[in-house]
Amino acid sequence: MTRPQTTDAPALAASSPAARAAFGFWRIVGFVVLFAVALALPFLLSNFRLFQFTLVFVYAIALLGLNILTGYNGQISLGHAAFYAVGAYTTAIMIDKWDVHYALTIPVAGVLCLVAGFLFGIPALRLEGLYLALATFALSLAVPQILKYFEHWTGGSQGIVLSKPAPPLGLPLTPDQWLYVFSLAILVILFVLATNLLAGRTGRAIVAIRDNPIAAQAMGIHTALYKSLVFGVSAAYTGVAGALSAITIAFVAPDAFNVFLSITFLVGIVVGGLASISGAIFGAFFIQFVPNWAQDISKAAPWAIYGIFLIVFMYVMPRGIAGTIRLAWARLGRRLL
Amino acid sequence: MDIFLQQVVSGIATGGIYGSLALALVMIYQATDVVNYAQGEMAMFSTYLAWSMINAGLPYWVTFFATLAAAFVGGILLERIVIRPVENAPILTIVIVCIGLLVIFNSVAGWIYTYTQKPFPSPFPNRPIKIGNVIFGAHDVGAITVTLIVLLLLYVFFRYTTLGLAMRAAAQNPVSSRLCGIRVGWMLALGWGLAGLVGAVAGMMVAPVVFLDPNMMGGILIYAFASATLGGFTSPGGAVVGGVIVGVAENLVGTYVRFIGTELKLTVALAIILIVLMVKPSGLFGRPAVHRV
Amino acid sequence: MRALLEAKGVHAQYGWTKVLHGVDFAVEEGGITTILGANGAGKTTTLRAVCGMVKTAGEIRFDGRRIEGQATEDIVRLGIAHAPEGRGTFVNLTVEENLRLGAYGRRERGRRAEDFGRVYQYFPVLRERRAQVAGTLSGGEQQMLAVARALMLRPRLLLLDEPSLGLAPLVVREIFRIVRAINRDEGVSVLLVEQNAALALDVADHAYLLETGRVVMSGLAGELRKNESIRRSYLGY
Repeated sequence: MTRPQTTDAPALAASSPAARAAFGFWRIVGFVVLFAVALALPFLLSNFRLFQFTLVFVYAIALLGLNILTGYNGQISLGHAAFYAVGAYTTAIMIDKWDVHYALTIPVAGVLCLVAGFLFGIPALRLEGLYLALATFALSLAVPQILKYFEHWTGGSQGIVLSKPAPPLGLPLTPDQWLYVFSLAILVILFVLATNLLAGRTGRAIVAIRDNPIAAQAMGIHTALYKSLVFGVSAAYTGVAGALSAITIAFVAPDAFNVFLSITFLVGIVVGGLASISGAIFGAFFIQFVPNWAQDISKAAPWAIYGIFLIVFMYVMPRGIAGTIRLAWARLGRRLL
Repeated sequence: MDIFLQQVVSGIATGGIYGSLALALVMIYQATDVVNYAQGEMAMFSTYLAWSMINAGLPYWVTFFATLAAAFVGGILLERIVIRPVENAPILTIVIVCIGLLVIFNSVAGWIYTYTQKPFPSPFPNRPIKIGNVIFGAHDVGAITVTLIVLLLLYVFFRYTTLGLAMRAAAQNPVSSRLCGIRVGWMLALGWGLAGLVGAVAGMMVAPVVFLDPNMMGGILIYAFASATLGGFTSPGGAVVGGVIVGVAENLVGTYVRFIGTELKLTVALAIILIVLMVKPSGLFGRPAVHRV
Repeated sequence: MRALLEAKGVHAQYGWTKVLHGVDFAVEEGGITTILGANGAGKTTTLRAVCGMVKTAGEIRFDGRRIEGQATEDIVRLGIAHAPEGRGTFVNLTVEENLRLGAYGRRERGRRAEDFGRVYQYFPVLRERRAQVAGTLSGGEQQMLAVARALMLRPRLLLLDEPSLGLAPLVVREIFRIVRAINRDEGVSVLLVEQNAALALDVADHAYLLETGRVVMSGLAGELRKNESIRRSYLGY
């Protein structure tokens, strides 16, 4: 695609350093407040709501993975449902067939997807924009069929049923409360890791590759290596999310991991805000709750409402929620400071 | 041998349909630099409109051309009303809007027309045509012919008319196009109109075979993508040829390769997409983009 | 001699960054006017402002009519042709297709063959390469194509953005010779933006000097050429 990727950088650069520092400070405060609220919720919400929020955390991890690849590094993927599925089935098979403890399956899923993503990233180096989107689209399409084909391992169309884990050490929590806290903990760890990764030299290199790959290469950045590694890391995050989803939902079946899921992830990162870590959380809320609201509004054609919502959202916030907040802050900063 | 020929022939027939949808995709891409993921649903919706008209008693060919006109105008209106507000937004924003359209069309069609399959008439007689031991359905031959005619008209339009040239220019380099006095926004709209028209043709050719239902275009769209990828997104002719190759390959692999059967036929399309993209991303006939550094 | 193009108090910005701070200039009908300045002075932005390609405030009049705020394609159709920075070539189309597009915005639709003839007369190398894909042309040839394409519009005003940039001296001299011929023989007014002050002052009638978005000097080209500070800073002696 020849259309240039526009960024928010010029708007932010025009605001003063004081404004940017203030933005950074308030952002951290915001996160801390959110975290405190999140910790309080298990004692306030019903089990079902907790389940929904746990899924929000799971999606947030998956969206963060996709955002690292697409938002920060400019590689479009319509195939992340594949990595999500790999993570989910890794966990399911390990628990179901080999009785592995659920917590141990998560790093395994992560590493497996890291390798798979890296390996996919290598041939993907030859593709860009539209063509990469198509290749990953094809990957998404293949996954449910391949999962159904290897019935012996995956349980075919029936899928695999798991049981919800009990809280460890006899803690006085319901399984749903425990899973909520467990997922939240993993989310925070992964978010901090991502922040560190993207803030330093590595992050700048990754973004440089997105904005001007030729210049980046000319500056000595090993573009090919970085791009493949980013693919791997992105897949790992999404794989971990998949593993968590298997544990949370206690069920995996091939049809859940189709193209539609990949598209949902893409919707999530664009709505949440590309190249933004907080965007993953906004996006996750959107993809978890908005379809439900759409159904409440219209039983007959809920997806039509969802579609209208999507379009209007893009008109009002073309940069996603996080992007719009950033721009608004930059404008405010210019006026005040 | 006869089975082989038969599969090839019916593959060419279905391939013609994939090809025409691929054509719509390629054209929108050439005219707008955006792949419209809602293409299939727009085609499906146009076909439903045709069905309503036929049900109301209008003769087939009147309906056919009326639907083409409606699809053309509809495409233009969609671009001017829905896409224009985000014309200058980042590309992924536009993709999400297209996805929104996809979802809306599918949902509304299901709501108005329900999800039960409906038969759709073919303008071609039901007699089979027999050459040697190979049987051609008259509809198959007709569908291919219609596709080829549409292709020819489009080719002439883009290659030899000033308007076609202006559209190509607007897609490749909107800034320079404006400097030539080209109204780029309207070129985009025209591109959408043409793609809507071609999609409607594809829909009306497919529906008699697979029966009309809101999800009919989904699988076909994937084959269309495979066709466009194989042929090259910058080549309309390539898209149609790609369609034929995909149609034939799908049939041959389904028949001759034991473990694939009908379930994994979709995987054939995907394998094609992936292999082509790895080996020659710009497709068999596509021109790789020229980048001046 | 009246002014074909008049700009008063023009401000221009890209997003948040302001580039022009209240610029005044005029192009006389039938003459060649040049805007000089170093890199980043705002010369290209000035041409873009005339064509409506950048956010502007202030007044711009073409033939007495105000054109600021209008869409680029409408301004072009009034008879202003712009050979932009970077040539603006349609790299995937042939030379001939590029030229055909140049004529697209013209008022009178006919007599295109005549225009091709004229343009090929000025630039014979383009006739040789007319079926060639434009992206494969050399830098000099692409610059000629840019000017030729602008000519196809039959413009009253020709905007040239740094035609000498990146080209060999011989090629540059040729292009400037042709620009002078176009101005003399067809009466096309020219607004020339150039970093190469010597060349520009040689060919122009009037000149303006732009520094960080402001006009700091203006007058007849001949006078500016003799001016001490211009000689030191821009002519190198």
